[in-house]
Amino acid sequence: MSTITRPAPAEPASEPAPGAALHRPAPPRRRRRSRIGVAAARTPFWVLTGGLAIVFLYPLIWAGVSSFAPLAGTNQTDGWGFGNYITLANYQAGIWTYIGNSLFVSILTVTLTLVTSLLGGYAFARFRFPGKNILFLATLAILMVPYASLLIPMYVLLNLVGLSNSLVGVALVLTMLQLPFSTFLMRVSFEAVPKELDEAAMVDGCSRFSALRRVLLPAVKPGLITVGLFAFLASWNDFLAPLILINDSDKMTLPLAISNLRGQVQGVVDYGATEAGVVVLALPCILLFLVLQRHYVRGFLSGAFKG
Amino acid sequence: MSSNALKTRTPPVRRRMTQQRAEGWRGWLFASPTALIVVVLFIVPLVLVFQMSASDWPLLGGNQGVNVPENFVDAVNNRFFWNAVGFTLLYTVVTTVILLVLALGLALLVQESTRWKGFLRTAILIPSALGLASASLLFYVLYSPIAGPFSDLMADWGFTFLGTPEGALWSTVFLIVWRYAGFYMLLMMVGLQAVPEEVYEAARIDGASRWQTFRSVTIPLLKPTLAMTMVLCITGSLLAFEQFYILTKGGPDNSTITVVQLIYSVAFQGPNNLGVAAALSVIVLVALVVINIFQIRVFNDKEPT
Repeated sequence: MSTITRPAPAEPASEPAPGAALHRPAPPRRRRRSRIGVAAARTPFWVLTGGLAIVFLYPLIWAGVSSFAPLAGTNQTDGWGFGNYITLANYQAGIWTYIGNSLFVSILTVTLTLVTSLLGGYAFARFRFPGKNILFLATLAILMVPYASLLIPMYVLLNLVGLSNSLVGVALVLTMLQLPFSTFLMRVSFEAVPKELDEAAMVDGCSRFSALRRVLLPAVKPGLITVGLFAFLASWNDFLAPLILINDSDKMTLPLAISNLRGQVQGVVDYGATEAGVVVLALPCILLFLVLQRHYVRGFLSGAFKG
Repeated sequence: MSSNALKTRTPPVRRRMTQQRAEGWRGWLFASPTALIVVVLFIVPLVLVFQMSASDWPLLGGNQGVNVPENFVDAVNNRFFWNAVGFTLLYTVVTTVILLVLALGLALLVQESTRWKGFLRTAILIPSALGLASASLLFYVLYSPIAGPFSDLMADWGFTFLGTPEGALWSTVFLIVWRYAGFYMLLMMVGLQAVPEEVYEAARIDGASRWQTFRSVTIPLLKPTLAMTMVLCITGSLLAFEQFYILTKGGPDNSTITVVQLIYSVAFQGPNNLGVAAALSVIVLVALVVINIFQIRVFNDKEPT
């Protein structure tokens, strides 16, 4: 288990390819068989791996292509075009309202998660205070308790404090759910930084806080990117919290709006607009993932999923 | 404060005590946002769900007084309760077995660093970036007999993906495997990475076949990873909601209602009974904790010392 919990690398520039830390070097190729013989022996491998690539990529490519394709019963019946996206844009409060709601929830969740886990990770890694272990275990215990079990009381609780039907309430719930992963990861990130670094800063007259801001923050930046990426993916995509906590249709987040859109056109499902909605939902996630893939992989290397 | 700095400066005991206190105070200051969120948004709801499960608590009426054990009796006597439990368990077993076997196979397949395998790794991982709701909506269209790419095939061969209970189950399992295979593959790869190269070397020198190496070296050394992925996968599957809410809406013939869907519908779709929904939540919570403790026990017992 020890290697799974290896500390997140503090210096991302040294990592070559995405996920490179994970693979083994390819074994030296055997030279015994002729080149044709090797190619023939490799055929099952190519069929298998090629098939796998198709299975995993086909649904995504199909969604992208078919969102522009003509389809009976949609706004895009003759020829290719943006008809489905027009339906989507004009749905109820308008797509921009829902994108705005989702962005609001995501940005608030990411910000709260980053601030909380940065300060919390620092406290857990560098301070000794009474109740530290209990607090850390309580934070990790969030993983043990089913999300759905907490949403019923959460609904009552947020009503009580005037955050019913509020996107702020949704963001608070999502921040809480991100906390075990992000606190663990930030603690590990801070622990990977040599203590001498902040001690030197404090000898030079920095306060604890300015040592954190000026010296440690750059060192744990990769960890923060990972935490932010996971928080964004989770909050942008979350379905259950807004489903339960949001009542007004103009406060719905994007996944909820698109799920509702399916059945709205006189009881007939508008598959084309649904597909366009899936593209709008998925595209930012896929692009972010491709750009930040090595930070995504770091989330796994840190051992934060150990539970 | 590190013990290092204390040793080098050796302050008098009084000063050291106040310093430690100031240190603890500052630690709490940095940890206070975490503590605030954990207490207000986790501990309080956790206590509240137990209180609600013991109270008569309609959706709009608020707390109407003690109602125990009626809530739990009502929860278990709900006409969908045992169906939901049975279906959720079946779904969990099927998903966990398929997903973990496949993830391990994929991890072994793509762990070498060649260009093609790097591409394959990325291809398998991309669906993990999608939300479960997005993936479910995508497959909702993909499986559709009207708009999906298989609609002609479905018409010719006369089958549907979501029309029968078995079809709905397997179609959902496929969606989940597609969405999560990369996630679990990555966890397996991290576990495989922890197996030292020398162990494989030794097995090779001893003349072990590939299968022998896999069975007697890889699997035992991978046990911690297998335990962790199993706990994660079982927990996730027992709490399945979005995929069924979006894809099947519990149908056909109420055959794909999961426990969390039952909680949702008791609370917000019809009965509007938060007390019974909380009772169901408590049952799920306790069951999950028991299952997880049991799993960890089993894996710890078997682990070689």
